[in-house]
Amino acid sequence: VKFKGGIHPRYRKTTAGSPTRTMPLLERYVVPLSQHLGAPGKLIVAKGDLVARGQALSEAAGFVSAPVHAPTSGKVAGVKAFPHPFGNVQEAVEIEADGEDRWAEGVGKRGDWRGMDPGELKGVLQQAGLVGMGGATFPTHVKLSPPKEKPIDTFILNAAECEPYLTSDHRLMLERPREVLEGVGLFMRVLGVAKGYVGIEDNKLDALEAMKAACPPDLDLEFVALETKYPQGSEKHLIVALTGRKVPPGGLPMDVGCLVQNVATALASYEAVEKGIPLIERVATVTGEAVKEPSNVLFRVGTPLEKLIGFCGGLSEDVGKIIFGGPMMGVGQFTLDVPLIKGTSGILCLREGEVEQFQAGPCIRCGNCVDACPMGLVPSVLGVQAERGRFAEMEDYHVLDCIECGSCAYVCPSRRPLVQLFRRGKAELRQLKRKAS
Amino acid sequence: MLLSTVVLAGLGLISGLGLAVAARVFAVQTDPRREKIAEALPGANCGGCGYAGCNDFAGAVARGEAQPDGCPVCDNAAASAVASIMGLAIEEKERRVAMVMCQGTRERSVDRFRYNGMASCGSAALLGGGPKSCAYGCLGLGDCQAACSFGAIEMTEDGIARIIPQRCTGCGRCVEACPKDLIRLVPESATIHVLCSNKDKGPAAKKACLAACIGCKKCEKTAGAEHILVEDFLARVNYDDPPTDPALVDECAMGCIVVVDLKAGGSARTNEEAA
Repeated sequence: VKFKGGIHPRYRKTTAGSPTRTMPLLERYVVPLSQHLGAPGKLIVAKGDLVARGQALSEAAGFVSAPVHAPTSGKVAGVKAFPHPFGNVQEAVEIEADGEDRWAEGVGKRGDWRGMDPGELKGVLQQAGLVGMGGATFPTHVKLSPPKEKPIDTFILNAAECEPYLTSDHRLMLERPREVLEGVGLFMRVLGVAKGYVGIEDNKLDALEAMKAACPPDLDLEFVALETKYPQGSEKHLIVALTGRKVPPGGLPMDVGCLVQNVATALASYEAVEKGIPLIERVATVTGEAVKEPSNVLFRVGTPLEKLIGFCGGLSEDVGKIIFGGPMMGVGQFTLDVPLIKGTSGILCLREGEVEQFQAGPCIRCGNCVDACPMGLVPSVLGVQAERGRFAEMEDYHVLDCIECGSCAYVCPSRRPLVQLFRRGKAELRQLKRKAS
Repeated sequence: MLLSTVVLAGLGLISGLGLAVAARVFAVQTDPRREKIAEALPGANCGGCGYAGCNDFAGAVARGEAQPDGCPVCDNAAASAVASIMGLAIEEKERRVAMVMCQGTRERSVDRFRYNGMASCGSAALLGGGPKSCAYGCLGLGDCQAACSFGAIEMTEDGIARIIPQRCTGCGRCVEACPKDLIRLVPESATIHVLCSNKDKGPAAKKACLAACIGCKKCEKTAGAEHILVEDFLARVNYDDPPTDPALVDECAMGCIVVVDLKAGGSARTNEEAA
């Protein structure tokens, strides 16, 4: 099944062929307390404390929250406000490494997910600070706890990796397919689901073959090659493509009995359960023409961006823009002081010439955006409404169903900042609702 | 010829009678005061009173639901005219003027990044607070200007909003429009103002803007806490009892304190030398 709309950007997955490299230990890490959707964790260390690798620095503040852990052993040099990849400043723990890289007590306790019950597994994932590593960073244990009235019968591994440039999931599937699939098995055990899909875009069939070959015999998984089309990796579109089920407007995958997790999250969950290692490292694609040695890099969470760039040969002189994530949905950065966080799946460095400085024009009603919108919305009308401050009307035009994939802005000949306009609309609607209640 | 004249005249007579009866029977009772009040109001339909325009407000006053001095745009003469239509008297109120509590021009508070998006402060503020180094400062994209029905706000070339006191009616629409809550309504007679809204600690504030209040409390000590109070590392004038001593300007090392004579139509930024 195909979904309506979507676009075919130039994919530029130039790093797909190069093996993942591991960053050496650094002298300093900055670990923000908030690296997930939901309440920031509660700090449990203080300045001057000695911490060990994998030791919790914070604990979850509520159900929708996640702890963060020390990336290495060393001293807490301070807890203060640091620049955060979201564009603001947020409280973070600065750690001076002692170079010993000693594991914390209790970390590294091995488990076997096949012998554990769902509640126990969810507890381990929560303690390990697992969040969705595709970029949305929603706490994994929450996602794995759907309400009773919404039974899940299908698990889906999101291996589409539809954002241009990004190849980290691709590499993980080639290099560590067995571990990723063990993570899938673990998720299916938590959910009590027998049937699972692995959806991979057909521009990486080698990953599909590697995954198929590595599949443990006790897992009932179907490996599906999907059409290469953006945004194939959007949960709702992935579900349609794999199962034919349509998530209702305003609904979640669980409304059609599905649950989707991303490749990196599956791997990290496996490591948390089988090896007892909390989420303190991940792989990201460092790419773009403005970085000298583009590659996939395994780094520790809290690594300053500057160090990672340095590890990849540094920036070219004409760097114009650095984006965390992919070019379609990523977030632009303005300082190299920001740390890399759990949700950082890519660092895209573009040259000045590649970054278009354009002046947005008025909507010419060409309708390109209507054809491109995978959610079946009318971006042209929504954009005008936002521009004129008619935010309440935007709800009638289902702006809340917008997944902010950016397909509309990509095709707009007037270069209108449509996604920004919709985000403004959503923010204003939230405000209106808060005032009303 | 004759017949058609008679028929037409007859038709006219019958319809006329019908209309005359309808006008009596279906007459809508209106309060004659409502129209008079509406005439006395400025007629700008700015919405500053909280009603949907001047007519709506006039109706509310006539029904006794709104106070005759509820129009923020009316001066004392206009407000007492409204009150006298209602047979009431009002207390004289001082004219209030909007003021942008920020001097963070592009040179003083440089942009952290290039912003190329929707030309609206509210939208820019959603991107990590906006491009300005100072998280509290004026983004200069003109949401207040767009909200002003009186043309009383201009965006200066160096990137911040400025109120033109002569045109300002004190309706307060700009106060609501500003995502950074930078605009305050101040009494016309107040002359000493602290034009900063930065709540960072000293060093951070200095880094963010060359004209930022660092919360040193010198002004508070000189003027007295009842006139200027420093809270959250930010000095704020108590406009119920504003300070009057122009020497305060020299106390402020950062040049945040300015003297502005609003009655003489002084501009809200007259401190180029001090800062």
